[in-house]
Amino acid sequence: MLGKLSFAAIPYDVPILVGTFLGVAVAGLAVLGLVTYYGKWGYLWREWLTSVDHKRLGVMYIVLALVMLFRGFADAIMMRSQLALAYAGNPGYLPPHHYDQIFSAHGTIMIFFMAMAFMTGLFNIVVPLQIGARDVAFPFLNSLSFWMTTISAVLINVSLFIGEFSQCGWLAYPPLSESQFSPGVGVDYYIWAVQLSGVGTLLTGVNFFTTIVKMRAPGMTFMKMPIFTWTALTASVLIMVSFPVLTVALGLLGLDRYLGMHFFTNDGGGNQMLYLSLIWAWGHPEVYILILPAFGVFSEVTSTFSRKPLFGYNTMVYATCAIMVLSFLVWLHHFFTMGAGADVNAFFGIMTMIISIPTGVKIFNWLFTMYKGRVEFHATMYWTIGFIITFSIGGMTGVMMAIPAADFVLHNSLFLIAHFHNVIIGGVYFGYVAGMNFWFPKVFGFKLNEAWGKRAFWFWLVGFYFAFVPLYVLGFEGMTRRLNHYDNPAWHPWLLIAFGGALLIACGIVCQLMQIYVSIRDRALPENVDVTGDPWDARTLEWSTSSPPPFYNFAVVPHVHDLDAFAHDKEMGVDTRAAGSTYEQIHMPKNTAAGFFVGVFSLVLGFAAIWYIWWLAAIGLLGVIVTVIMRSADNDVDYYVPASEVARIENEHTRKIMAQAAE
Amino acid sequence: MKRTILPKLSSLLCMGSTLLLAGCDWDLMDPKGTIGLQEKSLIITSTIAMLLVVVPVCIMTLVFAWQYRAGNRTSEYLPKWSHSNKIEVAVWTIPSIIILFLGVITYQTCHSLDPYKPLPEGASAKPLNVEVVALDWKWLFIYPDQGIATVNQLAMPVNTPVNFNITSDSVMNSFFIPRLGSMIYAMAGMQTQLHLSATEAGDYLGESANFSGRGFSDMKFHALAMSDTDFNAWVEKVKASSEQLDNADYSKLAAPSEANPVEYFSHVEPGLFNGIVAKYNNGMIMDKSTGKMMHMQSAMSDMQMKE
Repeated sequence: MLGKLSFAAIPYDVPILVGTFLGVAVAGLAVLGLVTYYGKWGYLWREWLTSVDHKRLGVMYIVLALVMLFRGFADAIMMRSQLALAYAGNPGYLPPHHYDQIFSAHGTIMIFFMAMAFMTGLFNIVVPLQIGARDVAFPFLNSLSFWMTTISAVLINVSLFIGEFSQCGWLAYPPLSESQFSPGVGVDYYIWAVQLSGVGTLLTGVNFFTTIVKMRAPGMTFMKMPIFTWTALTASVLIMVSFPVLTVALGLLGLDRYLGMHFFTNDGGGNQMLYLSLIWAWGHPEVYILILPAFGVFSEVTSTFSRKPLFGYNTMVYATCAIMVLSFLVWLHHFFTMGAGADVNAFFGIMTMIISIPTGVKIFNWLFTMYKGRVEFHATMYWTIGFIITFSIGGMTGVMMAIPAADFVLHNSLFLIAHFHNVIIGGVYFGYVAGMNFWFPKVFGFKLNEAWGKRAFWFWLVGFYFAFVPLYVLGFEGMTRRLNHYDNPAWHPWLLIAFGGALLIACGIVCQLMQIYVSIRDRALPENVDVTGDPWDARTLEWSTSSPPPFYNFAVVPHVHDLDAFAHDKEMGVDTRAAGSTYEQIHMPKNTAAGFFVGVFSLVLGFAAIWYIWWLAAIGLLGVIVTVIMRSADNDVDYYVPASEVARIENEHTRKIMAQAAE
Repeated sequence: MKRTILPKLSSLLCMGSTLLLAGCDWDLMDPKGTIGLQEKSLIITSTIAMLLVVVPVCIMTLVFAWQYRAGNRTSEYLPKWSHSNKIEVAVWTIPSIIILFLGVITYQTCHSLDPYKPLPEGASAKPLNVEVVALDWKWLFIYPDQGIATVNQLAMPVNTPVNFNITSDSVMNSFFIPRLGSMIYAMAGMQTQLHLSATEAGDYLGESANFSGRGFSDMKFHALAMSDTDFNAWVEKVKASSEQLDNADYSKLAAPSEANPVEYFSHVEPGLFNGIVAKYNNGMIMDKSTGKMMHMQSAMSDMQMKE
């Protein structure tokens, strides 16, 4: 009746998990209680959970990303403290069974549910506004994508308390991840969580590609498109091309596990290297999916706070597209040590290095954007400058590992761990946080606190170097990744320093929380409120509408004449908002609960399939199918906002700006 | 105030320089094998080449940001300036030159340090053949020419090329002796090759560099490099062991075990390694010299004929 599920699956004998469960339960109940107490369930349901508004979905994505950041970071600090302790005969406090789940979950969560969710959140908030559109091309799909991502995050966290998570690393290499070596449900949790979230990501890619290609404001040719939108476009292309490969790879692994097939098994003609090839054919483009939008953020931030247009816009676009194409030609550098021939290794090594040319060009472009500008040291610029330096170092160690003969001693060591955290923290995370600081006032109408933002930056930056420079050294000392304990006395001091670095990063995260808290507390202070919608004197269209923008984004669709359309309008004295003109009715999508229900039924399907509860899986699948059919048959999906309502909202905003100007 | 800070600063400096000096015994910076030595110089050369551009970038970042800070009204401000052909040419050319240089090195070292490439034989030193089997969670070393086998201890004479033939009878692992140089994956049903040579006697850490499950952290072995006489004595010591490794014992050995102690086997069933590879390939095995697949039985009789 319950498949593999029984009370034995509840890890009540592991104190850390029981404590975590209690913490999550108490916090969860507190949140639910507060919502009930304030009677906000209806509001939450109507305005958020069923919303198809890209701005709201963006906010929810970023909230999800931050929650997952805490989860992923909790894993990280447990790993670092385990390795600070587990030395010379001391087993530490995490036995391999638990520790192996932690590092597998850390990577999976940070990539799929922190970084990807954060990125999609920024896409949602920024892209439609930046191209002068009123929503994305497929608002319902957008809501569906969000729910697929969210329920997958839920599913992966359920594995904490029911059963176990994968113990095979974040990419679950076979044959270790085959049922022969991992008979438990851990790998199945991994497969289902990643597969279901992959559906969401793929739809996001399709959605934003269509939005950018088809819905740009009149006059916005491709070469007048803001750089962030360019990076979103290239990332969407990468998603559309690479995520199906991931789906196939995990699908085949699932067939091996569920139906006893032999794609990647040791025997029966299986080939484990086929999996590595497939997973990295997705995995390498994936890192560019993450980093390109971060490059986009830095481009917007640098030009805005240097009070200059971006240096070499055309080059930046070409470099971005070059990286997009090249990212598909390098995947073998993740397994140079499999014993391919010298020419194969040389090809992939050199292709990898070639990517560093357009990347280097980008860095120079940001430098020359600051050059002869008026650089304002806003918190976002701190993250940007920290990024340029940190990322240059990370790029350098990346090129070192791109030389196959050097990779033969650096591969799978802590040097590798240091390298990719160097580019993912120093590049992706710094970029997304800069983006959050930059666009926060656009979404909420008030700015994030600067002082706490800068404190967060310093803790993250210094913490990063303390946490990861020792890992470079440990790589040189021959320490491999994923070790649970060790005896080498030379490794111990470095691991202590790295643990200290992780504690500093923890302070950075606390500062970020404080930043959000203090900003909300002081949101009404005049210096924090963004009345005009353009708090930074910025250059692109999203700043031409109010903060927060009306749900229809633009009362009058803007006409674009030049790159940096809003800066151009401001200079020419054109009112991009066209305030006071005759408004027309606006066509908008209606909110829908379909995305939510498809998500919930998918969660049921995934959970049931993990535990082999086939009747429940059938109900989940049926639920998904029925909801999709019902949604497809529903013709009542849109409506018109009357011109009078648009006029009312717009005039109110104009009055606010006038009042502010009068003060 | 100054008095308290200065000693702290100087002790910090001391610590820094000690750390740098300590760098001399980092495994990869203090290699004891021919391959490792070349990889060390490759790492250093490539790092220097990249620092040529990374260091100026870091300095320029800080200098530009400070020089053109909003508060500094004396520096030039060009609010429209966003293009310069000269700079564009420079920023594409400089990284390209460095990558061209690194690309040439990459191509050369891919060939010169190819793990499959046999090392040049010395006048006296005949290469030593070792067959390596990654098991859960230990390493089995078979010396086919000596007819002996060991677990978690690998001995080799110094200045002698060692030809490793590597497979796995479990999940994927990676065979790695950091002080000697390159690693390579060990995969079931497949044979990978690695050629290393120690230049100095010593007891070096050997490990698996690819996560393989529960007992992975203790999947370490000693790589003992020693003189020819010591090596011969070591072979005799192994031959004196009462343990032997035939097919029945092998399946006991192959059962999962953690932190396995060093074991010696005075005799090993011929063809054990090939049998391990062949069992995942319907009894087929690839002949290394011809690259052809042949059946295990005929491969065995072939070998016997050669002997």
